[in-house]
Amino acid sequence: MDALLLQLLNGLDKGGAYALIALGLTLVFGTLGVVNFAHGALFMMGAFCAVVFDRLLNVETVTIDETQTTPWGTPMEIREPYIQSLLGDFGAFLVDYSVPISIILAIPIMLIIGVIMERGLIRHFYSRPHADQILVTFGLAIVLQEIIKHFFGANPIPQAAPDVVNGSADIGAMLGLDGIIAYPWWRLIYFVFSLLCIAAVFAFLQFTTYGMVVRAGMRDRETVGLLGIDIEKRFTVVFGIAAVVAGLAGVMYTPILPPDYHMGMDFLVLSFVVVVVGGMGSLGGAVLAGFLLGILQSFASMTEVKSIFPGIDQIIIYLVAVLILLTLPRGLMGRRGVMED
Amino acid sequence: MFGNLSRNDWLLIAGFTVLVLAAPIWLAPLGAGYPAIMEKFCIFAIFAIGFNILFGLTGYLSFGHAAFLGVGSYAGVWMFKLFSMNVVLSTVFALICAGLFALIIGYISLRRSGIYFSILTLAFAQMMYNVAYSVLTPITNGETGLQLELSDPRYLDNALGASQSIGLPRTSFFGIDISGGGMPGFYFCAVILIICFYLSIRIFRSPFGMMLRAIKSNQTRMKYTGFNPKPYLLAAFVISGLYAGLAGALMVATDPLAGAERMQWTASGEVVLMTILGGVGTLVGPVIGATLIKYFENIFSAFNENILNATFDFLPEGLRHFAVEFSALFVGEGWFLTLGLVFMIVVIFLPGGIMEGIARIRALFSKKKTQDDAAEGSVVAAE
Repeated sequence: MDALLLQLLNGLDKGGAYALIALGLTLVFGTLGVVNFAHGALFMMGAFCAVVFDRLLNVETVTIDETQTTPWGTPMEIREPYIQSLLGDFGAFLVDYSVPISIILAIPIMLIIGVIMERGLIRHFYSRPHADQILVTFGLAIVLQEIIKHFFGANPIPQAAPDVVNGSADIGAMLGLDGIIAYPWWRLIYFVFSLLCIAAVFAFLQFTTYGMVVRAGMRDRETVGLLGIDIEKRFTVVFGIAAVVAGLAGVMYTPILPPDYHMGMDFLVLSFVVVVVGGMGSLGGAVLAGFLLGILQSFASMTEVKSIFPGIDQIIIYLVAVLILLTLPRGLMGRRGVMED
Repeated sequence: MFGNLSRNDWLLIAGFTVLVLAAPIWLAPLGAGYPAIMEKFCIFAIFAIGFNILFGLTGYLSFGHAAFLGVGSYAGVWMFKLFSMNVVLSTVFALICAGLFALIIGYISLRRSGIYFSILTLAFAQMMYNVAYSVLTPITNGETGLQLELSDPRYLDNALGASQSIGLPRTSFFGIDISGGGMPGFYFCAVILIICFYLSIRIFRSPFGMMLRAIKSNQTRMKYTGFNPKPYLLAAFVISGLYAGLAGALMVATDPLAGAERMQWTASGEVVLMTILGGVGTLVGPVIGATLIKYFENIFSAFNENILNATFDFLPEGLRHFAVEFSALFVGEGWFLTLGLVFMIVVIFLPGGIMEGIARIRALFSKKKTQDDAAEGSVVAAE
């Protein structure tokens, strides 16, 4: 029982990442009708926002302390993040909390990147065939990924979570169970964070007038345009939001998985599968399928399961996708009339 | 099934044959006249020609074709290991395996179309890539890649009492050495490429090819005329899978090593890129695309800082530093960046690829010519 619960929990953080990326993909697909293969790259760039912020904070000053000596007899060099010597305890706090704080940096950056991408490239592909959209965004994904590789190298760059939440939480005690279920705090935080992000996106679409217009545009963009609303401008914003969501998913994921330049591609393929399983154009479906597949993958990687079906953890998501597509062509919650050629 | 070819087609085939067979001569001044790189040109040209039969004719964008190439590679190496170093056996077995996989995957994937088809093929390819890396390690040798060993049984070779050489045996075509980067290896690939090109022309000109084009332009209308598109699509899928398997078999024939990384979806993306760059749905486009990409990959990857410094030697110090830094983005390790950029530019500005570019330039000149003719005519009339 405990083992099952642990696997369920393990699936939640990965599922959260899938859900966030798939949500953005679906949002873009539902509004702009564009299949964005560069969405994984946005996730990756979000993660590198955290890396950049961390590096900025850790610019060091070197002071030479004459009173202390190293074992080699030279004066001791004391290295200390510049911000820490400048701001004292608050600086140390900033350095420690660099990952969550870089969210503040990531939001405007990702928004700008998203808007530039939509205005500069994607806009010209609305009326082109889906194959062209896939191809051009695929090219863009390669370009973004190679630029990151050029500046940050090919190796993963580990990022630390704040010290306070570095350990593991005892979920068993929280839920009043007997056994101890140790679960890293940060994964729990990631899960809650992803839920909050998803809730924010849904609230924005559901409870604001702006969101209402966007939803109307998803249904019938021509009529909305006829009513005198500049739907293109709204869609640009939607693309920006999708980029921010993907970016935030990346920022917060850095302590779980050290970012490298191809993490976007790895997640993208899976997120596409998630979108298809959830149903093209269905936001709820994307979220549901994201968590579902994350949990499924985590269950498949249990040793008990693996001993019966070796290698099942590697292929379970694709297998499920194939089955779903063949039995439920519209996915779990796909809407009629969306991409049914 | 095969339609008759016009005189122009025969001329094209003849020209193509001459160009391919004479490749060592005209590629030498370009710095690509050695067998290893020319074999690569041929192999990827075959891969792209096959992909074009599916994507170019039917419009179904497969993102998992590298999987068939991988299957062909593994099948080929296993034949070398188990039976004989003769490439005929390995190629035939690779074709059978790739064909079978294409049949199964095609049958399932083709039940959906459009983006769903792309994602299904992608899912299958990723699945096969993951499995090849993990569970199937006894068959695929995982990360190391499948390679020949001295202790391989090679039942057929041993039964026939083939001469035991020192070191690893070489692949051969009835005694002619294929692997090891010699000219025979290139000519072996070249002849197969020419045959493949010939077959693709026949398919393009046949009623079968017409059916495939009909699927691309309007599947519903085709159904109303009483044709079921599914068998045609499946046939096209299997044929292009066979081409990919053949490319994989040739890859291991010239260099008997099969790795899972050639099945990754970026590898599938590369063949899409080759086809697009050359010109989707054209006969020679994929060959041009494949050759260009492999050629520039070879050149660009070889660049390093020293060569760059030498190249920009004429610039003043500060400017040179900047130029070297900037161009280092695009060469050597950064070759993929160039590839991605070229890809984007082609899709944005020239969706028909190089062939469309040539057609446009030709149209430009002929239009100019007709205008000139008209102008001359009016002058004559005025006189």
